[in-house]
Amino acid sequence: MAIKRSRTKGVLIGLLGWAIAIWIFFPLFWMFITGFKSEVDAISTPPHLIFKPTLESYNEVFERANYWHFTINTVVISVVATGVALLLAIPAAYSMAFAPTARTRATLLWMLSTRMLPPVGVLVPIYLIARNTHLLDTLTGLAIVDMLTNLPIVVWMLYTFFREVPMPILEAGRMDGANRWQEITVVLLPLALPGIASTALLSLILCWNEAFWSLNLTSSNAAPLAAFIASFSSPEGLFFGKLSAASTLAVAPILIFGWISQKQLVRGLTFGAVK
Amino acid sequence: MHATTTVRPKRSAGFALLSPAVLILLVWSIVPLLLTLWYSFRNYNLVDPTLQGFAGINNYWYLLTDPDFLQSLLNTLILVVGVLAISVGGGTLLAVLYDQDFFGRGIARVLVISPFFVMPTVSALLWKNLMLHPIYGVYSSMMRAVGLTPIDWLQRFPMATIMMIVAWEWLPFAVLILLTAVQSLDSEQKEAARMDGAGAIAQFRYIILPHLSRAITVVVMIETIYLLTIFAEISVTTAGGPGVASTNLAFLIYSRALLQFDVGGASAGGVIAIVIANIVAAFLVRAVARNLEA
Repeated sequence: MAIKRSRTKGVLIGLLGWAIAIWIFFPLFWMFITGFKSEVDAISTPPHLIFKPTLESYNEVFERANYWHFTINTVVISVVATGVALLLAIPAAYSMAFAPTARTRATLLWMLSTRMLPPVGVLVPIYLIARNTHLLDTLTGLAIVDMLTNLPIVVWMLYTFFREVPMPILEAGRMDGANRWQEITVVLLPLALPGIASTALLSLILCWNEAFWSLNLTSSNAAPLAAFIASFSSPEGLFFGKLSAASTLAVAPILIFGWISQKQLVRGLTFGAVK
Repeated sequence: MHATTTVRPKRSAGFALLSPAVLILLVWSIVPLLLTLWYSFRNYNLVDPTLQGFAGINNYWYLLTDPDFLQSLLNTLILVVGVLAISVGGGTLLAVLYDQDFFGRGIARVLVISPFFVMPTVSALLWKNLMLHPIYGVYSSMMRAVGLTPIDWLQRFPMATIMMIVAWEWLPFAVLILLTAVQSLDSEQKEAARMDGAGAIAQFRYIILPHLSRAITVVVMIETIYLLTIFAEISVTTAGGPGVASTNLAFLIYSRALLQFDVGGASAGGVIAIVIANIVAAFLVRAVARNLEA
């Protein structure tokens, strides 16, 4: 009896779990299938769940909207910002993890606090600086800003991963006569590779989805996907099929990254406070 | 030579490695801040070069007595508090739900956290056009199917609708963090409580909730920082309207600066945004600092 009741309960919990999951995921599912509808099907009322799939919208996104231009911008900005952030953060995190001083803790907290700077608070000067240095609507300009906003998180994440590398292994390398450069590249980096990879992944996701600076510092030349998609908010956006196809393409890579790496992302997003 | 490699002057070498990151962050955090502060006390308009000179506290005075500003503060508050309530309340319940064992749980979890990875402009347009559009939206069709008249949500209830869209993006974040925290709870502890005759509600109240407190703090703090300056969702759905009904502080500053070219006034708004964010950040940094001891 007891077993039977708990089984019914289990089934009910399962049904509830699935119902909520489907409800939350539904808009994304709908976006995905709308991308394969013709524009006529996409705005039919009531909406069709059964329809003849077509690649019409995708073709149009590729041909007319110059999708590749915006994708390449996104990839270049995200990769450059992440790469430069790692180059600056790896030595910094190394020195804080393995040669901590009395001020290390304060430095870490201070770095984190720069992330709390609300972007709108400094919108005006950043916009004017970008304009006066001709960095407005350039890949370099947005990559620099993305790099700076992510740098504190990258340092923090690397710091938490580096601290898990056992000191004796580094010391052994040192005994064998490795200099600091070799100690980092030959001993530390291979050991911390998984941590560095998930740090890079988190940074890529944040850059890929960044919208505030993208909308305000770029117009067409350097616009990444996040800004390109916003252009569909004009009446032109009533092309639901095209909007859905473009959005699916913009979201899919990061969604898949996110699904694969959810566990590691939790650490990065909470600076290791939740494990 | 050998001696210098084994007994290294740790401090100076550490400083050399640390300083590039520190210096660049120092410049990034101080220069724009000082400029914002400087502009906020100046008459400065991008299209009217005759307007210049020291403005004293005029920019602040105009802003603080402007009903639009007060509306934007109220909207900011509604957005932060509303989304926090939904994501922390819902997130805690969902974390417990998805901690239970059921068929296909792994896939269901992945579906639930998905919206967090969607860029804000996409989720705004997705809701505005595909879901809530008064004619073509799926939700409108559902309403018609049960005999209701669909309404233009973003025109009629702009703040509530934007809050819902933003909650859809941030609830998954709360679930992601809180689920990880629930899973780190000892199953032995839960077992012991069950042996002692604690019901599901008592277990939730006395074991799970206290265990989640730190994770909840982290969720509240991180979401607050982001929610205070929600921008893309408003810009794409309502552009702050109708009127200023859905203008938050971030959107107000943006429209003052880049639509009305009033750099001085926008900077005063920026300073206020920074002050508010810093009050919140002080709590966050303290919460994280406590963790750093461990």
